[in-house]
Amino acid sequence: MRSDAVMGKIVKVLKVISSLALFVAIWELIVLTGRYEPSLLPSPVKVLEGMGELVKDGTLITHFKVSLSRFITGYAMAVITGISLGLVLGYNKKVWEFVEPVVQLLRPVSPIAWFPFIVLWFGIGDVPAIIIIFIAGFFPTLLSTVSGVRKVDPVYLNVANNFGIRQPHLLFKIILPAAFPMIANGLHIALGTAWVFLVAGEMVGAQSGLGYLIIDSRNSLRSDLVLAGIIFIGISGLVLDRLIKLLEGYIERQWGVSDGRRN
Amino acid sequence: MYISIEKVSKAFTLKDKSTLTVLDKVDLYIKEGEFICLLGPSGCGKSTLLNLIAGFDTPSTGTIKIDGDTVTQPSIDRIVIFQNYGLLPWRNVIKNVELGLEAKKLKRKERRQIAEEYIQLVGLSDYKMHHPPQLSGGMQQRVALARALAVEPKILLMDEPFGALDAMTRMHMQDEIERIWQEKKKTIIFVTHDIEEAVFLADRIVIMTPSPGRVKTIIEVPLPRKRDRTSLDFLKIKDKVFAEFNLKPAETIEYYL
Repeated sequence: MRSDAVMGKIVKVLKVISSLALFVAIWELIVLTGRYEPSLLPSPVKVLEGMGELVKDGTLITHFKVSLSRFITGYAMAVITGISLGLVLGYNKKVWEFVEPVVQLLRPVSPIAWFPFIVLWFGIGDVPAIIIIFIAGFFPTLLSTVSGVRKVDPVYLNVANNFGIRQPHLLFKIILPAAFPMIANGLHIALGTAWVFLVAGEMVGAQSGLGYLIIDSRNSLRSDLVLAGIIFIGISGLVLDRLIKLLEGYIERQWGVSDGRRN
Repeated sequence: MYISIEKVSKAFTLKDKSTLTVLDKVDLYIKEGEFICLLGPSGCGKSTLLNLIAGFDTPSTGTIKIDGDTVTQPSIDRIVIFQNYGLLPWRNVIKNVELGLEAKKLKRKERRQIAEEYIQLVGLSDYKMHHPPQLSGGMQQRVALARALAVEPKILLMDEPFGALDAMTRMHMQDEIERIWQEKKKTIIFVTHDIEEAVFLADRIVIMTPSPGRVKTIIEVPLPRKRDRTSLDFLKIKDKVFAEFNLKPAETIEYYL
């Protein structure tokens, strides 16, 4: 049984490697046969060299740190306000009915559209990027929290009522944990969206960060570094996604959502 | 009387503005420490009546008094046990049992001690760190029972508590609830649609009929405990209940040539 599991893992890793290798091979083939201007489509080797350059001279880690700290600030703000507002609004049906139209109107607007106002109100620097991440992460968190709270099984509320559990204990001991699997799912979606908009935010309003790295490389006509930056953004986004997936899995096990063991 | 239910009716207004009467002028008096089964087909209002006694809902007309006080809201003195257990899946067994004690403002150590005691009473000491989804249905209902008993309620209200269990587990749980009832001297009101379950458990069986929900008759079960499900006296009472529901074939006289 154990060796089967190990074999399965190996096969999975091989699949990932061969998929990536095939992708790079096609890319190289296009570069070799197409005779494109190197600045229009840099070869994989060139990009790899560019990546090495960025890692070696410390540019990457500086920009990555800046981006990550903006991301964490904006995302944390979105999570805290999204969950707390979501709990209140999910619990007060009447207030939510009143607020929902506005939320639904604002939700589909790309955070970038707010950029003119953000610059007017907050200037340039770290803040605009943080605000954009906040907007991107806020709506998925809010909406999943509201719907999580509204879907809490009424039997839990009856039990709490019967045992004399009053507010604020009702919120923290019953409603929040009961809604948490759904909230965690919203946090996962919010993370992906926020990461996408981090780069966009840094491309229009910052002098540092991974998004800026791309713009800066374009300005100096280094398309290999542009692609190197894109690849780094992809990798770090993937790592963040995996991390939150681990958290989600842990929560589901803890909540008994995914644990099928029954006697 | 300990619990007096006087002329209690309950009607719901439906979407098309018509009213549906679920309970119609129910009178019922229950002594302290009695084991009462509310027995009837679905739609006879037995669960509605239980909810009214619990205080989850209020009667349209009539009053329910317990120990002289009119019921207006739920109380920790009467705990409901649901068919789907109502356990919190994110808490393990012992934390679930502690839930009711948390509202009683006891010290952590004291809570733990009481919880352990009741988990032992229902025989789940080996499973106190498990989470509810890891347990079988019967075990989950034991946890719910321990959680209810831990707050020392005077009355247990059980809403088809064993309805989701298989026949064998169900009989074990019936033995268990009878043992606990005798040991802890609670008043129990137990909703069921299982005739044998009612005859096995009840001091008195309240037979209800549907549309609208009414008490048809009350059958005393004067058998000594622990009852033998296959004894002649047991079967006689079971027979009587069957007759009340018109579930017996009419006795026809056959002529032979």
